[in-house]
Amino acid sequence: MDRALLDPILDKHRGKPGHLIHVLMQIQHENHWLPREVLLQVAEALGTPFSRVLRIATLYKTFSLTPKGRHEVQVCNGISCHLRGAKQLMAAVERATGVKAGETDANWRFSVQAGACLGTCSVGPELIVDGRHHVRMTPAEVEDILRQYP
Amino acid sequence: MTPLRSAAELEQFRAAIVSSREPPKPCIAVCAGAACHGMDSQRVADALEAEVARLGPAAGIELRVTGCHGYCAKGPNVVVNPTEVCYFEVRPEDASAIVASARDGTVVERLVYADPETGEKARHLSEVPFYKHQTRLLLGDNTRIDPMRIDDYLAVGGYAALSKALFEMTPEQVVDEIKRAHLRGRGGGGFPAGQKWETAKNAPGDERYVIVNAHEGEPGAFMDRAIFTGNPHKVLEGLIIGAYAIGSHQGYIYTRHDSPQLIKRIEHALAQAEAHGLLGQDILGSGFDFNVELHFDVGIFVSGESSALMRSIEGLPPEPRPKYIRTSVAGIRDKPSNLNNVETWANVAQIIERGADWYAGIGTEGSKGTKLVSLSGHVVNSGVVEVPMGTPLRRIVEDIGGGTAQGKPIKAVHFGGPMGGSIPARLIDARLDFDELAKLGAPIGAGGLLVMDEDTDMVEVARYFLEWLTQESCGKCVPCREGMWQTVRVLDNITKGKGRQGDIERLQDLNEVTSAACLCALGKTAADPLKSMLRYFRPEVEAQIARGEDRDDAAAGSTAR
Amino acid sequence: MNEVVVMQIDGKEVKASADMTVLQAARAAGIDVPTLCHHEKLEPFGACRLCMVELETRGRLSWVVSCLYPVAQGLVVRTRSERVDKIRKVILEELLAHAPNAPELVAMAKEYRADPNRFEMDPSFCVLCGLCVRYCAEIRGKHAVDFIERGAAREISFIPEIAATECWGCQECFALCPTSYAQAAYFLTEALAFPGRRKNGAATAG
Repeated sequence: MDRALLDPILDKHRGKPGHLIHVLMQIQHENHWLPREVLLQVAEALGTPFSRVLRIATLYKTFSLTPKGRHEVQVCNGISCHLRGAKQLMAAVERATGVKAGETDANWRFSVQAGACLGTCSVGPELIVDGRHHVRMTPAEVEDILRQYP
Repeated sequence: MTPLRSAAELEQFRAAIVSSREPPKPCIAVCAGAACHGMDSQRVADALEAEVARLGPAAGIELRVTGCHGYCAKGPNVVVNPTEVCYFEVRPEDASAIVASARDGTVVERLVYADPETGEKARHLSEVPFYKHQTRLLLGDNTRIDPMRIDDYLAVGGYAALSKALFEMTPEQVVDEIKRAHLRGRGGGGFPAGQKWETAKNAPGDERYVIVNAHEGEPGAFMDRAIFTGNPHKVLEGLIIGAYAIGSHQGYIYTRHDSPQLIKRIEHALAQAEAHGLLGQDILGSGFDFNVELHFDVGIFVSGESSALMRSIEGLPPEPRPKYIRTSVAGIRDKPSNLNNVETWANVAQIIERGADWYAGIGTEGSKGTKLVSLSGHVVNSGVVEVPMGTPLRRIVEDIGGGTAQGKPIKAVHFGGPMGGSIPARLIDARLDFDELAKLGAPIGAGGLLVMDEDTDMVEVARYFLEWLTQESCGKCVPCREGMWQTVRVLDNITKGKGRQGDIERLQDLNEVTSAACLCALGKTAADPLKSMLRYFRPEVEAQIARGEDRDDAAAGSTAR
Repeated sequence: MNEVVVMQIDGKEVKASADMTVLQAARAAGIDVPTLCHHEKLEPFGACRLCMVELETRGRLSWVVSCLYPVAQGLVVRTRSERVDKIRKVILEELLAHAPNAPELVAMAKEYRADPNRFEMDPSFCVLCGLCVRYCAEIRGKHAVDFIERGAAREISFIPEIAATECWGCQECFALCPTSYAQAAYFLTEALAFPGRRKNGAATAG
């Protein structure tokens, strides 16, 4: 990770172990993943055991310990979307991207994940790409939508 | 902005805002709630803004981007105030027609509600069936308020309750009022809020905390986000009143990291409240200090559990503590901590302003006030609904919800998400009441109501909830981690046609131990959806075990057989 | 605290110091309660739930983990009952699915008639009692091993950067592990992450 991005974050929270989640959130947001060397530095800067940092980093789905693709593709896995056919939608996404949920394709284009319910249940089932909602999706529309994301 | 330092200054400030808005100009309110926002309501707002600017200030039209109106299925939503004309499924191309009609006092007929069968139109909010059957005490202001403008909240009477509490009531009187109103927690526990406040207030300690649980992790529940994003000050006002009552000077708001809109609204509301002297040092010149910190969950359901939430605020992994260490006595850093849900806090201001007797007059014997319900699943009119406690579910599902798509018969309704249960359609006259629904095995929980049509595979729904929970629990205790996982294995086999003799007994044993032995509420209630399936849909479960069909039907559109 | 409370365990009157847990009071009175994740030197964890006991208060029954539940004047406790035995039986069956040969579990299984084949097997061996994690954190202060992931995917993990220099000279958590998994996990981590670090049975630096 670029030191110019990392150092200000570490300096701001130096010596404050209680700020671990805030720090990891910021790094994930800036860098899109949490490299191990960065996590070692976080442990040192905040004064918290490295095992605690790893525990928190592996506990939450938001954090990725491996690099992500250019586009983050989520198929909402909430109960309402599930009732409206999210399983079939995910199958279509896996076919179109060539990877399974939790994986990134070999060209670093798409990272596919089952997404947490964002409360837009009324317009499900949903495909959310880079934070943008594609509502009332059908499996047939998946390829056209993903084509918008090179 | 000089902070307001007395009740009189607040009222003068409010009066100035109100009089500057007389006579009321036509105001176009565009919904920027989660679903409408997801349907690009921003482009609608931009188009309307451009059109209003084109006409110029002389035309006297205002535009307001608001929070969730509630009728999510029909978004993007637009309401023209003060006449409350409602437009649905609005596109950017409709901007000039809407602005022109707002100026001329006419109605754009093609955009109003039309009954799907008779074609009869309903132009005003009070006539639209979805809204007509509701009692929108909490949500009603959402169509009038821009959550980024505190003036809008003040214009509708905001912070008058805080002023009354600080200057006309003692902290004990405030607690008493909440107790007499019988306000019960809206996050899922249904615990009497006043009692919790009193425990936190009287527990030994030099510091105590108040917390807003804005986590809303239950899938299918989106009403907390609707009220918090749409009217953050209403929640904040309740929190400050509660802090005053309990004697807390430090508050925490705990929410999700993945709703950027919500986070922005909260941060802005906190900053504006402080700038106006309604938060921070010497609130309204009363001498009462209170500050609020914002904390985030980064993606695990269990951190919505109150003791796990507090660990998370401390920077620790979100592992719950057993309930016999009550968090109202020993919570964050072992200090008395009063945690309440967003909707619970949102109720506080109106109770203080209009009185406990008024509030207790709404609802049933055991459940007072109104409840926000997020209606989804196979229902036609999916959205956020507010009705008095005691409302029969039939009214919510049919009169407001419009039944199911394609008119298919309803099979069941589910309350409480992964910690709740389903009841069959024949019980749909049951009333929205904490205790009545809990007895039926479908506790209200946060208020997410899922409608399921006749093609729904109930075993699959139970399996879904349990599998979801196996990924969202912390994994500390054996009966939750292992019990749920083993239950999923059995249900998996059943849905794949590999059910075997003794499965029902295996499930019942697992359910019994999970409910009795788990450390926290997540585990203890994890078995409830399955229990409700065994209670009301047992023949279906047994048939699946016996039949041994393959359930993986990728061709069908839903969880159909 | 010198304050004494009088309570009832299995029908027997028991006096306990007010700062004790029900487990401590029971054991002090010679009444045995099974445990797995409990250790005298460590903070009570409340994860295995085997030490659950039944309480009766005003005619109502409830079930609590005795390792954490504080004693109280007049508390009525039963260390065995239909529900308590059922809880222990099912928990043992769930744990045996992961570690069918663990001696402690096999011994308890006999007492509670637990069937190791009741549930689907997943021989991961770790029962996530946390003894290794907690010992390393609370007693040794090294944090060389910790939990990672969550829910059903939770596991323990030796941190190579720390384990490489700390574990070979210590090894104290190995004896605590009821299934011998901790030892196996350490060796696997060593083999994958810092092989050859040990020469002739002694750790070498770097």
